[in-house]
Amino acid sequence: MNKLIPELKKSFVTALWFAFLTFPILVIKVNTVRNSILWRWGNLAAVFVLTMALSYVWRRLLEKRARGERLFDLSGLVPAKLRGIELKSVFAQKKNSRAALAVLLALAVLFPFVAGMYQTNIVTTALMYVILGLGLNIVIGLGGLLQLGYAAFYAVGAYTYGILNTRFGLSFWIALPLGAVLATIFGIILGFPVLRLKGDYLAIVTLGFAEICRIVLENWNDFSSGPSGISQIDRPPFFGIKLSVPQSAIYLYLITLALVVVTVFIVRRLENSRLGRAWEAMREDAVASEAMGVNLTIAKLSAFALGAFWAGMVGVLFAAKTTFINPASFTLMESVLILCIIVLGGMGSTAGVIVGALVIILLPEYLRAFTQYRMLLYGSILVLMMVFRPGGIIRKVRKSYVFKADGQVEGAGHE
Amino acid sequence: MSESILDAKNVTMNFGGLRALNDVSMTIRQGEIVALIGPNGAGKTTFFNCVTGVYPPSAGTISITPPGKSPEVINNLLPHVVTEKGLARTFQNIRLFQNMTVLENVMIGRHARLKAGILGAILRDGSTREEEQKVIHDSYEILKKIELEKYVNELAKNLPYGAQRLLEIARALATEPFLLLLDEPAAGMNPKETGHLDDLIVRIRDTEKVSIFLIEHDMSLVMRVSERIYVVDYGQLIAEGTPAEIKRNPVVIKAYLGEEVNA
Amino acid sequence: MDLNYLLQLFISGMTRGSIYALIALGYTMVYGIVQLINFAHGEIYMIGAFTALIVATVLNMTGMPGIAVFAIAMVVAVVYSAAYGFTMEKIAYKPLRNAPRLSALISAIGMSYFLQNYVLLAQTSDFVSFPRLIPKFRFLEGLGGMLSSTQVIIFLVTAVVMVLLTLLIKFTKIGKAMRATAQDKTMALLVGININQVIAVTFVIGSAMAAVGGVLISSHVGQINFYIGFIAGIKAFVAAVLGGIGSIPGAVLGSFVLGLTESFGTGYISSDYEDVFAFIILVLILIFRPSGLLGKSQKEKI
Ligand SMILES: Nc1ncnc2c1ncn2[C@@H]1O[C@H](COP(=O)(O)OP(=O)(O)OP(=O)(O)O)[C@@H](O)[C@H]1O
Ligand SMILES: [Mg+2]
Repeated sequence: MNKLIPELKKSFVTALWFAFLTFPILVIKVNTVRNSILWRWGNLAAVFVLTMALSYVWRRLLEKRARGERLFDLSGLVPAKLRGIELKSVFAQKKNSRAALAVLLALAVLFPFVAGMYQTNIVTTALMYVILGLGLNIVIGLGGLLQLGYAAFYAVGAYTYGILNTRFGLSFWIALPLGAVLATIFGIILGFPVLRLKGDYLAIVTLGFAEICRIVLENWNDFSSGPSGISQIDRPPFFGIKLSVPQSAIYLYLITLALVVVTVFIVRRLENSRLGRAWEAMREDAVASEAMGVNLTIAKLSAFALGAFWAGMVGVLFAAKTTFINPASFTLMESVLILCIIVLGGMGSTAGVIVGALVIILLPEYLRAFTQYRMLLYGSILVLMMVFRPGGIIRKVRKSYVFKADGQVEGAGHE
Repeated sequence: MSESILDAKNVTMNFGGLRALNDVSMTIRQGEIVALIGPNGAGKTTFFNCVTGVYPPSAGTISITPPGKSPEVINNLLPHVVTEKGLARTFQNIRLFQNMTVLENVMIGRHARLKAGILGAILRDGSTREEEQKVIHDSYEILKKIELEKYVNELAKNLPYGAQRLLEIARALATEPFLLLLDEPAAGMNPKETGHLDDLIVRIRDTEKVSIFLIEHDMSLVMRVSERIYVVDYGQLIAEGTPAEIKRNPVVIKAYLGEEVNA
Repeated sequence: MDLNYLLQLFISGMTRGSIYALIALGYTMVYGIVQLINFAHGEIYMIGAFTALIVATVLNMTGMPGIAVFAIAMVVAVVYSAAYGFTMEKIAYKPLRNAPRLSALISAIGMSYFLQNYVLLAQTSDFVSFPRLIPKFRFLEGLGGMLSSTQVIIFLVTAVVMVLLTLLIKFTKIGKAMRATAQDKTMALLVGININQVIAVTFVIGSAMAAVGGVLISSHVGQINFYIGFIAGIKAFVAAVLGGIGSIPGAVLGSFVLGLTESFGTGYISSDYEDVFAFIILVLILIFRPSGLLGKSQKEKI
């Protein structure tokens, strides 16, 4: 009881502060054309009451965090009968996790035939971001290279298909690998000059490169048709047959899904390889990794190249899906969005990136009811996640091994 | 007398206006344990950095003669190439791969000795799979030698301090060096751990056929394990000799005056 | 070559440079002390501009003279931006002091989204015209419109702010504490400097300067919206990096280099590529001088 008064006082002071802070912008609305003022005192009251409550919650959560407790204990929600069974140990068995994956995949394949075209399209977009996230995760999550210009490679793929298709009738299936390869080459070309740069400098230079690409696309009319973009790009045909729009939506969904599976497969293999270990070592400590025999030039360039590869591929998919592209789709915000996917999902963790992409792309779509507030919420969620769960939704679990007495590997566990 | 495997001649290193090493020459012979000592800031770590390719020396030549091979100059090689040639080091300020497991740290040490490339990683053909199995196995064996196997799946950052120092050694050994450079391996260890380190250093030399060059401030350790000692002060080589000679050397005593000597 | 045109481009480049400098200083100071790219710094500048707009419109109705309205609006904007900067640090960055750098960066990005949309929802998504408050100075008429009165104010105010900042950093106790913290945080802690206070003050000063920049440029351009902070923020950050992030003179130099490059680039080459010049010069400088114009190349001790 004696804690109540000081708590109230703290909350009250915070609420006063926020009332002061939000006063001009939330309360006064000026109309500079008619030179009139609207006073919205209701907002002030709302801010006061809300911050009073939120400041209490905030302090409690910070205290919990400081004590290292779990912030949101959900175990109470699990039925008592199941509580004894560790979910992790169920899935740790290869057989079970394979079965679960198969079921999940089957459901994913069936999805577009059950859901409408609108839903199918949204989920296709989300799946594209899964691939983008996994690609960028190679560069940032594994390699530790803060690349903020990822959207440029995505643009390379999209424009490869857009231009070659509308001008020379190049087919989707040729453009898909071509776009990926061109983006890879681009990745390597960009990689060379930035080899010496570190951390934030690398971030700002890659950001600069991407902005240069975008502005060039916007202004080089003969090449890219400028800001109005390229339209009437072909959707992928099904063995030469032109599909109707809804059919094509399903077809693209399935293509994207297949590519997600391929990407996950390849990325996981890379991660658990000599090269993947070199990337992680470089992220953890570049100097030490070099002293262990890692060639940093190769490690950096290969991370850039392989990251760009997936972006280029998704670029082609994107152009085929929307049939229209313009530079506005490849802004810095696009790169930041992909970065948010991997950080929110769980840096370095494949499952995390998948969940991150689904959450970040689907959440705003299904938050349409709150259209107005969704970007506000989105911003707050990013901050709150970083403060209270910096490892992301699904934290990376490292591979562990069990050895027999003679040193032979007996078993390996994973996420 | 066995042949020399590392030859540093007249090495000078300048950082802007600061001369961290001035005309320093040292030689390590096959199978030796040699110590490099000197007061703080004398240039010991800088010497290691020059040898391992972190900085190219401003002047002088550094050459190696790997056992059974011909001599070659390594002055301007990058660190990873120096490692491939058979020099390995540990760091004074522990530089482990903190968020990777103990086993993975050692596995990275094997990097230069493996072959798999991007395609191998993706296709995971027979030889790649074999190589991966072998690297796990070999790394575990190295951990056993250094007696770290109980930590195999722990994250490096969660290890006790002494164990982290040992892991640095394990990781360096994994590169299959002929010369191991240890930068203050006993720093921060308690006396029990240091005693254990004595045995370990000698054992590594005997069983792994590596020569050892170590920087250390703990004089009792230096005197016990090393066969020869180099002393630097203010970037100059001021003495060289057996532990007994160094202990009596007036120049060395003067350099250390005011510093505690645990000998 | 038309000398008049050249001079005009020079003045417009210096104008841009002054504004970039006011924002870039905040970036560089924060970076110097907490090594954080404060992505939301541009939003603070935008909030300053909006606060000034609101205050100025309200005061304008009382019939106060323009220059007085301008002065009051400026002061209120500075106070509010400083308060926002302070609060932002407490919420989004302080809890992340010991977290990985990337976490703080994402948190900053989140903060930037939040503030943009906060202003968008509370005010408007359209461009609003910023009242003309600065009267035409008589003595400029002789120059044939080469230099506007707003530009004169921009140069004057920027110069005053720079001098004040230099004095603060060189001679006050908190300024010395800031320099010490930027050099070596552990050491600063050991000699009893209150790091939390230093960081808070850095945010407050940086935000206040951004607000000055925001109000000045808004009266120069004549309109604002919720998104102005983003582009200005990126440009100012580029300027800070150009000069060598963490270096205060570097930020000022970088800003003027950037402003002039942009101005001459658009004037002589093509105005379509306005934003490209900024990035091209950035990329070139960093490739040849990886730590910026005045940044110290910090070789990591191993
Ligand atoms: N990268 C660098 N840039 C500038 N100066 C350096 C650099 N590395 C080392 N120095 C300087 O060179 C001198 C020698 O440093 P070094 O680290 O080699 O000393 P040390 O003998 O290893 O000392 P300690 O016993 O404290 O480790 C010191 O004055 C140090 O400040
Ligand atoms: Mg040293």
